[in-house]
Amino acid sequence: MQTQALQSNFRTTAPNPSTGFKGFEAGAFTFARDEYFAHVSWPDGKHSMPIDAFLRALMRDIAWGFFYGTVNFDGVFGTTNHYGEVEMFAGSMNEAYTSTKRDFLQRFSADDLMKTFREMIDDWTVEGYDPFAAPMETSVPWGPKRGKNSSAVTRQRVTAKRMVGMPGDTPVRSDASGYPVNRMFADVAQDAPEVHAEPGFEGQISAYNLFGYVSRSDVTWNPSVCSVLKDSLFCPTSEEFMLPVEHGNDRCEWFLQLSDEIVWKISDGKTGKPRATVTMRAGDICCMPADIRHLGFSPKRSMLLVWENARADLPQMIRDQKIPVVAVRF
Amino acid sequence: MTHTTQFGSIAAFQSGGIQPIDDDPKNYVFSNVFAVAGKSAPYERIAVGKNLEYVIEAVRAEGISPWYAAPHDEFALAMDGDVTVEFVKHVVNAEIGGTAGAKLLTTEPQGKKMGWVRLRRGHMALLPVGAAYRFNAQTISCLVIQTIAGPLTVERWALICHTQALS
Repeated sequence: MQTQALQSNFRTTAPNPSTGFKGFEAGAFTFARDEYFAHVSWPDGKHSMPIDAFLRALMRDIAWGFFYGTVNFDGVFGTTNHYGEVEMFAGSMNEAYTSTKRDFLQRFSADDLMKTFREMIDDWTVEGYDPFAAPMETSVPWGPKRGKNSSAVTRQRVTAKRMVGMPGDTPVRSDASGYPVNRMFADVAQDAPEVHAEPGFEGQISAYNLFGYVSRSDVTWNPSVCSVLKDSLFCPTSEEFMLPVEHGNDRCEWFLQLSDEIVWKISDGKTGKPRATVTMRAGDICCMPADIRHLGFSPKRSMLLVWENARADLPQMIRDQKIPVVAVRF
Repeated sequence: MTHTTQFGSIAAFQSGGIQPIDDDPKNYVFSNVFAVAGKSAPYERIAVGKNLEYVIEAVRAEGISPWYAAPHDEFALAMDGDVTVEFVKHVVNAEIGGTAGAKLLTTEPQGKKMGWVRLRRGHMALLPVGAAYRFNAQTISCLVIQTIAGPLTVERWALICHTQALS
């Protein structure tokens, strides 16, 4: 695979006198927002997205550290993680663009691009709007610049080292720690498991209420690492409305539906052509193959356990066809 | 407006499925942990998820299990029911070391009692390395276990996975 030179042009332009929002440049890409839309331009093209959809996608790309594989903001614009470096593209995952050679792609240091993305979300997110929140739980992003919501857009993704609730690890959530039960999970039991450690074994025996923990999540579509077995990561998350990105897999990823229902629209990872619709209800478990992209719809807030294998060389093993794009053949 | 959260159980669950457009349903390795546990013998450890060496096992917890130990951490999540887990100190010896995954202990562990936890729906427990453990469920319960494939892991994908389109 040909490696592109890393781009070094990063620039922030003065606030637009009409809207009050700053503009941004990264490589040959430029970004601007107005009262309703985000506009992305590159040397031979331009693309616009509704600002709410753009900010929700940008927020996940930031929070996930460009995640595993490709984060398609929509069918045109997105990023692909190369773990330390990132490709930003327009049309590269869209057959209409690639077949006419109208796609455009540049490569960046992940840290450098992340700085620009963080600055962008901080400037473009207005007071009262939370791109992590379900639409019914936040104000609107429209209009000219009015204040900020820095505390919402700088939340840190939870990553337990061993398991939530263990001594020295990420704590359980509670009313007192600022995590009330979400309105759609008011009926979820909040009882704690009984834990009886013999003297001398305190802290070695541990359990917590994972469903209660997820019911108190203040964000949507933002998996938290809650238990860790080497590269095997259990990442539960609360989901409502729709996944703000089409996540393109670079490895197999498993979903275990813990409650309620999510419908997944599955498309080909490279072309975007539809492949399947997967409906998951409580107890259902399935694999997202490594060559697809997926977009989820959750009409009621639901609990999903995302299971990742964080092994660093998996994408290359798949590209080299050392392992298949499906997790199990039978 | 009030909302009702839909969980499942071995006794009551409603599985979804796959509507292929241009794909093979088998690529999604789709099953349901309650359906799998409901058709399993007590404490069979049925793989319902696999990513190279790592697995998620579905377990029907019913009565008292044998003693297990693994040369690494494992985690048990109660999807439904009421399960007690007992822990006894147990060093990683030749019987459980060597290869990954949970092993069945052939004799009662002789180490110090470490304690116990009682899990109900949604509770997750650490099954720590260095401990032997056993489950006790007075009612039929469903566990999922985050672990590494081992000699007790049962793979019968063709029997548990959806192979037909959702109608």
